[in-house]
Amino acid sequence: MLADFGYGVLIVSFLLAIYAIGSAVYGYRTGSAKWVESSRLAMQLTFPMISLSALTLIYMLVTDQYNIGFVYEVTSRSMPVYLKVTALWGGQSGSLVFWGWLMSAFATAVTLRKWDRDREFLPWVVVVCSVTLAFFIGLVIFYENPFAKYWQTMSGDVITAMFAPAAAVPFTPPDGRGLNPLLRHPGMVIHPPMLYLGFVSFVIPFAFAIAALVTGRTDDRWIRITRRWTIVAWCFLSVGLVLGGRWAYDVLGWGGYWGWDPVEIAAFMPWLTGTAFLHSVMIQEKRGMLKYWNMILIILTYALVIFGTFLTRSGVLSSVHAFAQSAIGPAFFIFIGVTFIISAALLIYRWADLKSEAQMTSMLSREALFLLNNLLFISILVVCFWGVIFPLISELVTGQKVTVGPPFYRAATGPLFATLVLLMGIAPLSAWGHSTIKTLGNAIWKPLIVAIIALLAVIFIAGIYAPYAIIGFFVIFTSASITIYEFGRAALARSRAQKENYALALWRLAGRNRRRYGGYLIHLSVVFMALGIIGIEMFQTQTQGTIAQGQSIKIDGYSITYKDLAIFDTADNRNVARAVITIEKDGQFLGEYYPRRDYFYESQQPMTIPAVRSTMLDDVYVILVDWQPILSSGATFKVYHNPLVNWLWAGALLLIFGSLVAAWPDKEIDYVPARTRREKQVVYQPGAAD
Amino acid sequence: MSSPRIKFLFGGLLILAAVVYLIVSSTQASAQYFMTVDELNNKKASIVDQNVRISGAVMGDTITYDAKTLSLSFTVADVSGDNNEIEKEGGLAVALHQAVIDPNRSKLKIVYVGVKPDLMRNEAQAIMTGHLGADGVFRADELLLKCPTKYEEAVPSQVKGN
Repeated sequence: MLADFGYGVLIVSFLLAIYAIGSAVYGYRTGSAKWVESSRLAMQLTFPMISLSALTLIYMLVTDQYNIGFVYEVTSRSMPVYLKVTALWGGQSGSLVFWGWLMSAFATAVTLRKWDRDREFLPWVVVVCSVTLAFFIGLVIFYENPFAKYWQTMSGDVITAMFAPAAAVPFTPPDGRGLNPLLRHPGMVIHPPMLYLGFVSFVIPFAFAIAALVTGRTDDRWIRITRRWTIVAWCFLSVGLVLGGRWAYDVLGWGGYWGWDPVEIAAFMPWLTGTAFLHSVMIQEKRGMLKYWNMILIILTYALVIFGTFLTRSGVLSSVHAFAQSAIGPAFFIFIGVTFIISAALLIYRWADLKSEAQMTSMLSREALFLLNNLLFISILVVCFWGVIFPLISELVTGQKVTVGPPFYRAATGPLFATLVLLMGIAPLSAWGHSTIKTLGNAIWKPLIVAIIALLAVIFIAGIYAPYAIIGFFVIFTSASITIYEFGRAALARSRAQKENYALALWRLAGRNRRRYGGYLIHLSVVFMALGIIGIEMFQTQTQGTIAQGQSIKIDGYSITYKDLAIFDTADNRNVARAVITIEKDGQFLGEYYPRRDYFYESQQPMTIPAVRSTMLDDVYVILVDWQPILSSGATFKVYHNPLVNWLWAGALLLIFGSLVAAWPDKEIDYVPARTRREKQVVYQPGAAD
Repeated sequence: MSSPRIKFLFGGLLILAAVVYLIVSSTQASAQYFMTVDELNNKKASIVDQNVRISGAVMGDTITYDAKTLSLSFTVADVSGDNNEIEKEGGLAVALHQAVIDPNRSKLKIVYVGVKPDLMRNEAQAIMTGHLGADGVFRADELLLKCPTKYEEAVPSQVKGN
């Protein structure tokens, strides 16, 4: 009964979305504000509707209604309530409902804004949002219905269907199969929604881009309206990616965080184009250049967002992430194709309107360096794309499937990432319009000296001589010291000029120019993350050993001692083997830790939970591999030493903070037509306000 | 053409060349044949010591693990590498099950040194990178497991038996 309600409401929201598309197009064609308004309201109405449907589903998950196929598949009686709620995105059909729910929420939020000056965009924003929404809700209604129930036919077979088949009786299994134990981790609970939030919020800038193309209002207004959406989308996507890495680090027990799995890459690709877009829109705002480039980037991002959702949902690529195969693959393929072709056609149609208003003259100007940044991001995208499709190409050409693995991605993207990080430090110092080696050198030499001193310290004090590591450290030290120097220099100048104390000056400075200083904070966070990545990629060491009680394993100055072991059953149907170890460094006791292995009876699935002693300097990561009930017979441990990896997670926190600073709402600056605004900016100075 | 244009064009070409070089050299250095057990067994001699990637169905009875040396050995049975064929057989779970119970499938013994993965069990799909030794045993450097039951299953298993 409840399921029928949830399904019915979903159909209503599907029809509302279809109606919104029709009435928006009609309203635009006839110039009727009434019809456009009607389409807006219809689209906004989908939000409460889909909310009802999603809440119904959540209610059924929480109340163990196992006659519903989806509920049976992703929950079980022994699961805590919060996991039952989050099981909404633990399975395919539920996650599609969730996608649609977010889409309708964002579409509603963006259309609630005041539209006075941008009325002509409205119908097309409604169309794009509603088309995307209708697609996802349509998938749920026609292909992947989470409300379908179990029925037992006369012959005893159990089938799933929305409505009772002939001569069948309802069937309710006594308990559900439960969420896979590997997914019962806080990181995994919020990783998918973060990615989805990122994916979905990129639809908004895309919607405005299409609106700009259709209406012919191709100045930078669409970019200004969606700037904040882009930052927020980017932040969610970044956090989603990092959380996935954290989950892998905590749960998968291989001491790594990123495996260049095709599905990881699929989520990473829209991040690459999105990041490029985030930067290149600034060139259009400041200089009126790269207009079609921005359009291409956002169209690509949208296609990759849908593609990313598709890859995780279709099973076309072999990957640890792949869900069961289903019929929705072709539907996704067609949707991506059709929306991409229409967007590209619109872009070509408006090509002439998107001419640059200025010429790039200097190789070292800010816009040229931004362009380089964009090219690097796109290069990484090409590398990723090549790696993903290479097996398919090689099979077509030679008849033999040839794959490339993580070494390919590391070798091909490593130099590109390093260049990007270096560029990230230097670019903010170059001026718009024109820069020379001399002006750039003047701005750079002081922080560069600091970086070189730090590098020398690392080489001679820490004794690091590996060439790639030295390059890596040079790049991040340079970038970090320039970024920090920029903060310091500007704050010092302001504190002198305004007679404010230093901290206040820094605060006000950042407050006045949030995007700039939020951006710097994000740059700093990227440096942190790069430090963590260099640490674990280049300096990870590992060892293993079988030791009896009281014996120790040594790694990089640490000593891990086996103290005790307990094996017991828990109330939620697990068998736990939990070892007690102590970690010491140079004879100094650092603490007691508990690596363990849980065995889930229900799913017959073991789960290894490492013990991690974590500091900003390094992690000691201990896995309990095997054990004997008799302590003196020993237990086997695998130990990883992961230097600096914590900077990766710390960087992610700073990234969130930086994004908040950059995206924090302030008074909307009155719209000044692009041409007059640029004329005000004839004075180009290094580090001048962007 | 004005001179800055040429400079930019030149710079662009330079970047393009660098990226093409990176992709080509990295592909050459790390490309691996992706084969089924069947294909590998047919090519045996010619493929010994080459770095390849294979996929197969884990046979649960054959799994042995020596924790002292972290040495994991098991046998995989041939399973199609083609998604469409797997679908035709009735999905990955069915295909893996068929592969394991069918005595006529070609088999391959695998040795892997490392922590035994949590997903290592009967009828899991194993994707391994490594090389075939002259003794006919495949030494895997990398082991990836995929369980079709990991996330979802179409019909409840305890229900099927009724």
